[in-house]
Amino acid sequence: MLDLLKGIWTVFKHSFRKRETVLFPEEKPNRPPRWRGRIILSRDPDGQERCVACYLCAAACPVDCIALQATQDEHGRRYPAFFRINFSRCIFCGFCEEACPTYAIQLTNDFEMSEYYRPNFVYEKEHLLINGPGKYHDYNFYRVAGISIGGKGKGESENESLPVDIYSLKP
Amino acid sequence: MATIFIDNIPYQVQDGQNLLSACLSLGFNIPYFCWHPAMHAVGACRMCAVKQFRDENDTRGSIVMSCMTPATDGTRISIEDDDVREFRAGVIEFLMINHPHDCPVCDEGGECHLQDMTVMSGHVYRRYRFKKRTYLNQNLGPFINHEMNRCIQCYRCVRFYRDYCGGRDFNVFGAHERIYFGRCADGTLENEFSGNLVEVCPTGVFTDKTLRKHYTRKWDLQTAPSVCPHCGLGCNTIVGERYGSVRRILNRYNHEVNGYFLCDRGRFGYEFVNGSNRVLQPIIRDSSNNSKNSNQPVQETEVLEHLAKIWRSSKGIIGLGSPRATLEANFSLRSLVGPENFYLGMSEPESKMISRIIQVLRSGPVHSPSLREVELCDAVLILGEDVTNSAPRLALSLRQSVRQKSMEIADRLKIPRWADAAVRQAVQSKKGPLFILSPFATKLDDIATETLRIDPNDIARFGFQVAHEINHEAPEVADLQPNLKELAIRIAAALKQASMPLVVSGTGSGTLSVINAAANVAWALSDKGEKAGLFYTVPECNSLGLGLMGGGSLRECFEKVNSDSVDTLVILENDLYRRAPAEMVESILRKCKHTIVIDHLFSKTIQKAEVVFPCGTFAETTGSFVNSEGRVQRLYRAMPETGEILESHNWILEIIKTVKPDATDHLLNIDSICESITREFSIFKPLLELAPSSQFRAIGQKIPRQSHRFSGRTSMSANISVHEPKPPDDSESPLSFSMEGYPGIPPSSLIQRFWAPGWNSGQSVNKFQSEINGPLLGGDPGKRLIEPSTGNKWNYFSDIPEANGHRDKEWLALPKFHIFGSEELSRFGASISERAPKPYVGISSQDADLLDKKEGEKVSLVIDNVLLNLPAHIINSLPRGVIALPVGISNLDGIELPAWARIVENSNG
Ligand code: SF4
Ligand code: SF4
Ligand code: SF4
Ligand code: SF4
Ligand code: FES
Repeated sequence: MLDLLKGIWTVFKHSFRKRETVLFPEEKPNRPPRWRGRIILSRDPDGQERCVACYLCAAACPVDCIALQATQDEHGRRYPAFFRINFSRCIFCGFCEEACPTYAIQLTNDFEMSEYYRPNFVYEKEHLLINGPGKYHDYNFYRVAGISIGGKGKGESENESLPVDIYSLKP
Repeated sequence: MATIFIDNIPYQVQDGQNLLSACLSLGFNIPYFCWHPAMHAVGACRMCAVKQFRDENDTRGSIVMSCMTPATDGTRISIEDDDVREFRAGVIEFLMINHPHDCPVCDEGGECHLQDMTVMSGHVYRRYRFKKRTYLNQNLGPFINHEMNRCIQCYRCVRFYRDYCGGRDFNVFGAHERIYFGRCADGTLENEFSGNLVEVCPTGVFTDKTLRKHYTRKWDLQTAPSVCPHCGLGCNTIVGERYGSVRRILNRYNHEVNGYFLCDRGRFGYEFVNGSNRVLQPIIRDSSNNSKNSNQPVQETEVLEHLAKIWRSSKGIIGLGSPRATLEANFSLRSLVGPENFYLGMSEPESKMISRIIQVLRSGPVHSPSLREVELCDAVLILGEDVTNSAPRLALSLRQSVRQKSMEIADRLKIPRWADAAVRQAVQSKKGPLFILSPFATKLDDIATETLRIDPNDIARFGFQVAHEINHEAPEVADLQPNLKELAIRIAAALKQASMPLVVSGTGSGTLSVINAAANVAWALSDKGEKAGLFYTVPECNSLGLGLMGGGSLRECFEKVNSDSVDTLVILENDLYRRAPAEMVESILRKCKHTIVIDHLFSKTIQKAEVVFPCGTFAETTGSFVNSEGRVQRLYRAMPETGEILESHNWILEIIKTVKPDATDHLLNIDSICESITREFSIFKPLLELAPSSQFRAIGQKIPRQSHRFSGRTSMSANISVHEPKPPDDSESPLSFSMEGYPGIPPSSLIQRFWAPGWNSGQSVNKFQSEINGPLLGGDPGKRLIEPSTGNKWNYFSDIPEANGHRDKEWLALPKFHIFGSEELSRFGASISERAPKPYVGISSQDADLLDKKEGEKVSLVIDNVLLNLPAHIINSLPRGVIALPVGISNLDGIELPAWARIVENSNG
């Protein structure tokens, strides 16, 4: 009996507290920067697609809602030929972002996703790819990786010496 | 058996191994790079360190390389000791110093032995802050991609390519820390086994270039156990599929057959499956309106109705089987048309040779060895077969067999056979006896003791003489030249001395008497009490299976059609233009009112057919092939049924249902087909124990074709529909098209991928073997059908052919096989066709002088009334009066060789 009254008292006290509920959509809620909302694909500081189609996000996704196909340009730069996220399955866990070795895939703080028609939740690369680096400004995977791409030959990545001369007899 | 102590617990292990393979056999994880189960140990990478103790009182111990230390009785080691763990972590850290930051764009990623071993040794953070060494890459041709930065200098590649395969155009260069693995200059890797570098190299230096065109990670591939369809050896493969196309072929370890290696035709020949000339829909061609190419794609029901109409009106129906279709498909066709109307779809000479091979193997006393047993043979005679081009994987086994005899040198020096570098030092270039009789130089000549370049009839005659020299009961060739006689005596002596002599021959020479001669040699040896082997190569993946089933020959079929008692032809997976001269095929097809073809590629025959059923390729077929050894093996489809494409046998079952609605009770699915086969042919009895039936479940579950990490399930088809489809059913096998199912190691015939916790690469095969290099757990898949007879009476062949001699103005045209190009299906793949030769006529240098032709100049020749106009290709090794024509290259299909050719003068156009 006493417990019951205690409960009622607590509820009563709360009716004088500051409201957490906001009048959405007129008023936007405050979202911390690490909010896990709509997923985007970002670009590196040079403005190129960051995603290298490594499939790690797809493998990490617990609901398997990411599908892609890797391809490469004539200089060997790998990128996804298609990249699809089925947001009607996505649970916004952020595992893809965590798995991504290039900071390409990022969760943003946009949560305003509602549709009357489920196929509209299927986002292709053109819907996902944004024009900037997103949350991580500086990282450029291809500047670090050892493979050569258009505009970067062997030995021109960060922390690399020039290709060895295999004919050299120096000790 | 020896007892060894690992971390103070005693274990029983086989004698004569090194500690590494002993520990791996016991299921321990020791990281390693340079050791390879087939190429053994050199101790180059220092990764496999363990601590060895002198006795139980020794507490300090010393660090040794487990791959270089014998597992002798009483050996005491520790794998988990702190010192040795630290040592291994140090080694891997050094190996990773220069490693590029490539994993996300590295095709090895996710199945990288280096990743696995790095994780296993506990190296997590990079401490090295200085510059990384880099290399330039090479273009190594259409099969292999090169990315030298990733190399860890384990030397596996060069040991495989040079020591194991005998390749010359690949090596290790440079000095100090500039060691480079590649070719002298950019260029295609020439060796026929170069594709194995993809699996041999523990890193991503060598990766599959064909996979790169549609790259998919290992975990995303839907995989199934399969059998290579590109020659008669039946190597076991794993087919990987994604988004409806085949992505790659990997080796599937089978201790008796292919072991760890495939040939490049088997590995890269899959591309035809995804090619543009696939038949995707049933076609009915209206014969009444003769507008050309009125290819009319239709629905399944329509085409079956049309067929029923044909069936009712036809006066006689013939079925033509196929040596590249499964046993099940051939048998269903046989049941559809009736055994008396079933004909083998092999060319006339070929069907004769195949039935002779079967007769020899079934009635004779000599065993047909498996590829593993071939490696153990210590003297080899090859009669008329260019093995590297007609049965490539056999050539690799023969390269190992010439080492058998010389291994005795190492044994005498008490060097264990697994100490590879030491053994090769001791043996140097000494090789056991290998004699090659062939009309032209072969790729094995570099390891041959002696070679002889003569035409097939002379090869047969010579073979007969060798048999006679071994055992005088075998008939003698009366008029042989004295020098050849001497050679025959030498070869006979070498074979008799051997503890396991082997005779290799086959259908490659197109000459029946060569097959007889090989049988005589093997029988003569066995008569003398030798444990001889007899290996016949056959041209296609199911030649022997079809031969065992039996049926009329192609010529008999043509006769029957010409006799007007038949007007309908049902052709199963066969292009008749490859089997008989074009003129003959055309007249037959014209004669038949209805031609029905079940096939997967648009062939010349399909262009002429009235009704076409699109069937699955090997990647879309469940069934059985019989290989040249007489081993029946099961393959499973890797892809679910797509669109209108059915497996051949399922089309035929549909047809049976339509045209004979009353007789369907015994042929319902693959299981019941197999049962019927065994009821009809006792030799196929083992078919029932070949693999678990379609009802088999492992702890109540199917075996999943998809890995547990398979991605994209709710997204891959979301662009078509957001509602995920139900996984396709597979009623024909215990495998499912799903991620769900039995997670453990399946029965050996159902192994769909090699993977074990901590072992993502193919090296995880050690977890599937009963012991290192031993059979798979539960025994190897596949069952031998043919064993030598013990009681039967057999007689030596005595029909010694006449020598061909020389004819004035005529040349003997011989078939020359090409690993890339001669095989019917693989030649349609992009990368294989890049390696295939252009049509040519091979002439000897003397004949070229005589005819005044230079390399590349056009030569006109007439064979069997067919005029060919081909560029000359000078082959120095050809004897005079003999020309060679490439088999299966463009317009040379269907010409029966050997044949006499007339060279027409004056044609420089
Ligand atoms: S993990 Fe990142 S780089 Fe890799 S496929 Fe996904 S988005 Fe692309
Ligand atoms: S070889 Fe292995 S460790 Fe090296 S980049 Fe490739 S996947 Fe990564
Ligand atoms: S290329 Fe591969 S196999 Fe060859 S030494 Fe380097 S890592 Fe080893
Ligand atoms: S040897 Fe024959 S069966 Fe083996 S992989 Fe090569 S083509 Fe296929
Ligand atoms: S595996 Fe033993 S040293 Fe390389």
